[in-house]
Amino acid sequence: MRDVLVALRKDLLLQWRGRAQVVAIFTFGAATLLLFSLAIGPDSASLRQHAAGFLWLGLLLASTLSLAEGFEREMEEQALEGLLLLPASARALYFGKAIANCAQLALLGAALVPVTVVLYDAGTTRLLPLGGVILLGTAGLSAPGTLYSAMTAQTRGRHTLLPLLLFPLVVPVLLAAVKATSLLILGDPMGQLRPWASLLAAFAVLHWALGGLLFARVVED
Amino acid sequence: MRPMIAVAAAGVCRRYGRRWALTDVSFELPEGALAMVTGRNGSGKTTLLRVLATAIRADRGTVSVLGHDARRDPETVRRNVALLGHRTHLYEPLTALENLAIAARFLRMDARRPALLVRLEQVGLARRADDAVQTFSAGMRQRLALARVLQQEPRIALLDEPYGHLDAPGSLLVDGVLQALKARGATVLMATHLLQRGRALCDRALVLEEGRLVFAGAPASMPEPEGAGAPGAEGP
Amino acid sequence: MAAASQSRAPVLLVASGAALLCIGSYWGLAKAPAEVYMGDVQRIMYVHVPTAWNAMLALTFAFACAVAFLVTESWKWDNRLEAAIEMGVVLSLLLCTQGAIWAKPTWGVWWDWDPRLTTTAVMVFAFGGILALRAFVDDPMKRAVWSAVACIVAFADVPIVYFSVRWWNSLHQAQSTPETVSKAFHSPLRINAFGILFVCTGLVALRARVAGLRLRSEIAPPLPEQKASGAAARAAGSAS
Repeated sequence: MRDVLVALRKDLLLQWRGRAQVVAIFTFGAATLLLFSLAIGPDSASLRQHAAGFLWLGLLLASTLSLAEGFEREMEEQALEGLLLLPASARALYFGKAIANCAQLALLGAALVPVTVVLYDAGTTRLLPLGGVILLGTAGLSAPGTLYSAMTAQTRGRHTLLPLLLFPLVVPVLLAAVKATSLLILGDPMGQLRPWASLLAAFAVLHWALGGLLFARVVED
Repeated sequence: MRPMIAVAAAGVCRRYGRRWALTDVSFELPEGALAMVTGRNGSGKTTLLRVLATAIRADRGTVSVLGHDARRDPETVRRNVALLGHRTHLYEPLTALENLAIAARFLRMDARRPALLVRLEQVGLARRADDAVQTFSAGMRQRLALARVLQQEPRIALLDEPYGHLDAPGSLLVDGVLQALKARGATVLMATHLLQRGRALCDRALVLEEGRLVFAGAPASMPEPEGAGAPGAEGP
Repeated sequence: MAAASQSRAPVLLVASGAALLCIGSYWGLAKAPAEVYMGDVQRIMYVHVPTAWNAMLALTFAFACAVAFLVTESWKWDNRLEAAIEMGVVLSLLLCTQGAIWAKPTWGVWWDWDPRLTTTAVMVFAFGGILALRAFVDDPMKRAVWSAVACIVAFADVPIVYFSVRWWNSLHQAQSTPETVSKAFHSPLRINAFGILFVCTGLVALRARVAGLRLRSEIAPPLPEQKASGAAARAAGSAS
């Protein structure tokens, strides 16, 4: 457990050092949101209707950049292997990295919300539930994302492979997060938020467990 | 009393793609030995060190370190072994101090600044403690990697080309490190091309040729590799 | 002799399966009476349902191979994994195509977001992605371990994908799953099911064999047993 905290500290430090990249990724995400609105057209009502979808699509696209970045530093001088040989538990390294990835994605998501508000007139006063949905959704993205980016960081064609592997897997996250966010923006008269949030939570639990179990096989020889 | 066997390899084989990088390598190193392994490029030195360090697994054969089997108990092996590898195992965006701090924390050692500065002082990097590794030269990276190995206070040190990239003071530093390790009773296996230096320091030598162990014994009776040139010349 | 008979078994399977498929399809497509409400379009169920069963079977087998490989690290499971994933992807693609063929005359659109077919489409991408991963990794061991891991994760994901899509779709329209045939016409269905099963099993076995042959060309041949050279080196080492 203590190893997880040490790993997390290391990953947060690496992220902090690479914060210029994060700004660039945020800009990329904001740009995609703009592109979506341009593609749909200036119909404000329609944009507001689909704002949740655009937000999560934008975040999903940005996540592949963010996740790929996470393992670049680990692989360029085989620093990850160096830690494994200390020995450090592979499971702890996974959870540290996944938590850090989740935090970065959640931050990205939160930063894109104001963009959504401005472009689509899609805001909500229920900020705490929105934060919760973003956190659960990004938790669902980061668990398999960390597992797969560890693989693809060691292959050629890594920039194509990561989205290709990740996107089909996180379809439930996309569906549930969009639905939940949409309910927060457009109103939730029948109280459907909780079941969708539960789905997000269930997905996250499953994939964090799987990731913890399988990560060692992915990075060890 | 017979010294304990620090490292024992028996029939170790490892392949890379279509090639067998190591074939049936068997040897034993007693504790406290300062050994060198040499051979031409591509002879399998790096692979051997990585197998002994449990960075990669042997496809066949067994490796045991201080009596622990590397396949069945890799964690204990790793706790006692430190590898100075071909890659530096460093995080480029982080400073020298931060790199050591991370390792220290995983090792449950003192990770505070003064303690780490002492380590950096040992390798002559104290003045660059707060500089990012990506600003370092190759030689400085090598020194930092060496500091990271020493930090682990290993009972067995596996060093892959420790003199690589280093200037004259740096090479003397490595000599000193080797002596210090030996004085502490650690076992050292060093892969190197510097035959003269190795012969002077080491008490046993292994020679690999195309993945096979062709010699294991006293450095003095080591076979001269082909094309070594005049005695005293250190080949590339 | 054993090798020769083993080589022929998959081919026999494929042949007998193809024969069964012909019988079952002829029966279902030409001979059985048309369904009351849906008409002739319903006949696609005679291939669609068996394909669905076999697609699920193929991917479940792939999952089993993945687990088996991670546990035993025996190459034969990796060969079977490759074959099973390919078969699963092909069958799933067929399913989506059949679904589209059924949907167009029935609903007027090629795709109606039916939960089962949508899940199948997601699986095509998920498992197809694993095939892409295999193509990009050169080291056979890494390739095998990673695709086994990815297969386990993708397979575990299938139920969640299904439930989320079903729920998501139910908010917009009522269930629109193609009705299966009524009990009177189960025989051609079963015949086709076995037909496809035999064909697929035979093909998977053959494909696994091909994968094994390719693997042999990629990795170094096994070494003959060595005894003498090791002992000599050890003697020299302990003498000094």
